[in-house]
Amino acid sequence: MLDISEIKTIEHDVLIVGAGGAGLSAAIEASAQGMSTGIVMKSLLGKAHTVMAEGGMAAALGNVDARDDWKIHFRDTMRGGKFLNVWRMVEHHAKLAPERVRLLEEWGAVFDRTKKGLINQRNFGGHRYPRLAHVGDRTGLEMIRTLQDHGIHQGIETYMECTALDLLKNESGAVSGIVCMWRDTGTFIIFKAKSIIFATGGGGKAWDVTSNSWEYTGDGYAMAYEAGAELMDLEFNQFHPTGMVWPLSVKGLLVTESVRGEGGILLNKEGTRFMFDYIPERFRSETADTHEEAARWLAGDPNARRPPELLTRDVVARAINEEVKAGRGSEHGGAYLNIATQRSAEDIKKKLPSMYHQFKVLAELDITKEPMEVGPTCHYFMGGIRVDADTTMSSLPGLFACGECAAGMHGANRLGGNSLSDLLVFGYLSGKNAAEYAKKIKTHSKINGAQASKIIRDATTILNRETGANPYLLHAELEQNMQKKVGIIRTKEELEEGIEQLGKIKEAYKTVKAKGASQFNPGWHEALGLRNLLITSEAVARAALLREESRGAHTRADFPGEQDHWLKYNIVTTKGVDGNMQLNKVERKPPDPELERIAKSDIDALELEIASERTRERT
Amino acid sequence: MRKFQIYRGDHSNGELVTFETEVMEGMVVLDVVHKIQAEQANDLAVRWNCKAGKCGSCSVEINGKPKLSCMTRMNEYGADETITITPLKTFKVIKDLVTDVSWNYTQNKRIKPVKLAPESKTEKGYVMYQEDVDRVQEFRKCIECYLCQNVCHILRDHDKKEEFIGPRFMIRVASLEMHPLDIEDRIPELKNDFGSGMCNITKCCTDVCPEHINLTDNGIIPLKERVIDRFYDPVTILRRKVFGPRKKKLPPIN
Repeated sequence: MLDISEIKTIEHDVLIVGAGGAGLSAAIEASAQGMSTGIVMKSLLGKAHTVMAEGGMAAALGNVDARDDWKIHFRDTMRGGKFLNVWRMVEHHAKLAPERVRLLEEWGAVFDRTKKGLINQRNFGGHRYPRLAHVGDRTGLEMIRTLQDHGIHQGIETYMECTALDLLKNESGAVSGIVCMWRDTGTFIIFKAKSIIFATGGGGKAWDVTSNSWEYTGDGYAMAYEAGAELMDLEFNQFHPTGMVWPLSVKGLLVTESVRGEGGILLNKEGTRFMFDYIPERFRSETADTHEEAARWLAGDPNARRPPELLTRDVVARAINEEVKAGRGSEHGGAYLNIATQRSAEDIKKKLPSMYHQFKVLAELDITKEPMEVGPTCHYFMGGIRVDADTTMSSLPGLFACGECAAGMHGANRLGGNSLSDLLVFGYLSGKNAAEYAKKIKTHSKINGAQASKIIRDATTILNRETGANPYLLHAELEQNMQKKVGIIRTKEELEEGIEQLGKIKEAYKTVKAKGASQFNPGWHEALGLRNLLITSEAVARAALLREESRGAHTRADFPGEQDHWLKYNIVTTKGVDGNMQLNKVERKPPDPELERIAKSDIDALELEIASERTRERT
Repeated sequence: MRKFQIYRGDHSNGELVTFETEVMEGMVVLDVVHKIQAEQANDLAVRWNCKAGKCGSCSVEINGKPKLSCMTRMNEYGADETITITPLKTFKVIKDLVTDVSWNYTQNKRIKPVKLAPESKTEKGYVMYQEDVDRVQEFRKCIECYLCQNVCHILRDHDKKEEFIGPRFMIRVASLEMHPLDIEDRIPELKNDFGSGMCNITKCCTDVCPEHINLTDNGIIPLKERVIDRFYDPVTILRRKVFGPRKKKLPPIN
């Protein structure tokens, strides 16, 4: 019998799991509120997924085009999310993003500048105005390094290379702590906390072609689910339209949307600029319909409409998919993305240095001279832990969530650039509210020994088994299954086959075996992450089967088009009392009428309204 | 089939273990390590994240040369060349290819954070121009792969980690000192605590930087000059005595 008293325990008021942009923002705010704050991360500090973000963070600063306003950002985001977003979250985001971006500058971020010496902003898909504060194509690095360098002076305790396994709860069912494992030694540790914030990112590692790293195993979803919290909108998985497709070893690696933001065009093998054929009705009046108008836009004509390459990601990904299916794909089964004909070599190297470098080294291709080959790659989860729009607390008391692991902000499809700003805004709100929650609790709850020993036993069993399934091969099997059966275009038949196959992989997982000792053992870590990926995958597949419509990133070939009926519901997933996954159609709250009016306004009317508001304020 | 020798073990006990595996077109060294890990050595320890040269996790030594394994193509090597992969030499091995780089994190904490001139703040944010920030943006490209720390002979051969913070943190200081709006002073500790005088500019750090940051010429040498100006140049010392410390000239607000 395991003696829990021998396991080391550390106490914090607020504990954060995950040290990307959201986790670090949350930790900084919780600490600023005077809380003893700890942050646990699977990798080293500064290596989280945020570091890979390229394009920028969206905020209506209005530095490049003064017509921009939170209302326009709000409208763009709602339309991009196909109106399934949680209205109130989108409001918080659009209103708070500018001040959070400026705060990042105060903490040392050095953004690219406008001629007037302000933070420069670039164009991106679905954003009406140049809105993305950026640093070349390495904005994520700038963001995480700034938060890291600021955070280390705020009295936050960092716990690096420490894997969270499962939550602990007290008698009243609130969160009381979490059991973790040091990756280097394989020993366990218990964190007691008054509130816990998950900032654990997504679960893109369930697919074969993905832009996500090993860390993206849906840990937050699975831990929250196991502890009884609600998940929401998991059927919405964003496939970024432009991942590398060749060589095979880098298939899925991200090619930033900034390539299109800077003017890059998409072509099929016949040389046709095919995006003109895929403009959805909702965006027709705001999108250029001739090459000539698109060229004027690139040249800076403020009256020209945006080129169709800058339609939202769901639309572009599906278009590439269609072209390939129709036999018009590129040599290695993608589309051609050409910036070489649109911009000078000097401009490209200045604006897209890491893309230039990435293709030069990994594909031996010079993007200033030749087109890239790109295709859809699994990139982002719009769904996640269901949270309160104001406090970001989940349905489990004391558990908060922010960033990619939280649901609601992005609805059925996220706009590029809205992720980094989401991390800043909701990281901050989570930190603030988790601190306020913790302040109301006088003492830490006692650790439930039985819960903790079970978590530890489940983890060590994987090492102690004599023989069993190879975790790497099981993971590969899962990736193939998700790629083929729960991909970009979905059908009832394939989803059912996928779910059946998932059942088999889950069975095999019961005998998974990690060879070797507990010290820094990636096979063991892989096996531990696989539990979370399997829960995540099942939640995705089941929600995808239930939602019988096509909306945003969720496309059902057997139910084309958006269905008004489905706009009224979110799919909420919980663990049932029988241990099985339970899915419910939950009716959405009606929107605030003013927010609804803004989102549904005619764009010209809304801009007139903003302009006259500003004139009134000045006089 | 290609031959690989990979270090297996910890800091005190370890050896090169030979593996054979097939290499496909386009593969980088990290792909090979992963393939061996999945098929032959499930517990082979290696760090990685982005696989695109952006996070700086997968630093190792390949045939003795410090590199990011995710950005090192297999076709850089001869078809029948044996590839030897070992952990960074400057840091203690935790296991296999994973080293203890925690010392670097404690160095960063010693550096005073940024402090911006309040008079440059407007309601639209701080004002500084692209030509003012180009210089620090170069340093801010650093992905903290620690390859520069690994090859710096003060750290690698002489193990003087108590005395010198290393090239990574020299350019971290440079990125703050040369920030157009920063008004903090880090020159005294640069000389007294961070060991700027120990670097004798052999440029090994610049040679290995995967981000092609010109650490020595653009970062370390100018910092050394600032130390000399402050502490050893009689003219500037006198000027400071008479007029007080020189105030930073801030970019104009238009």
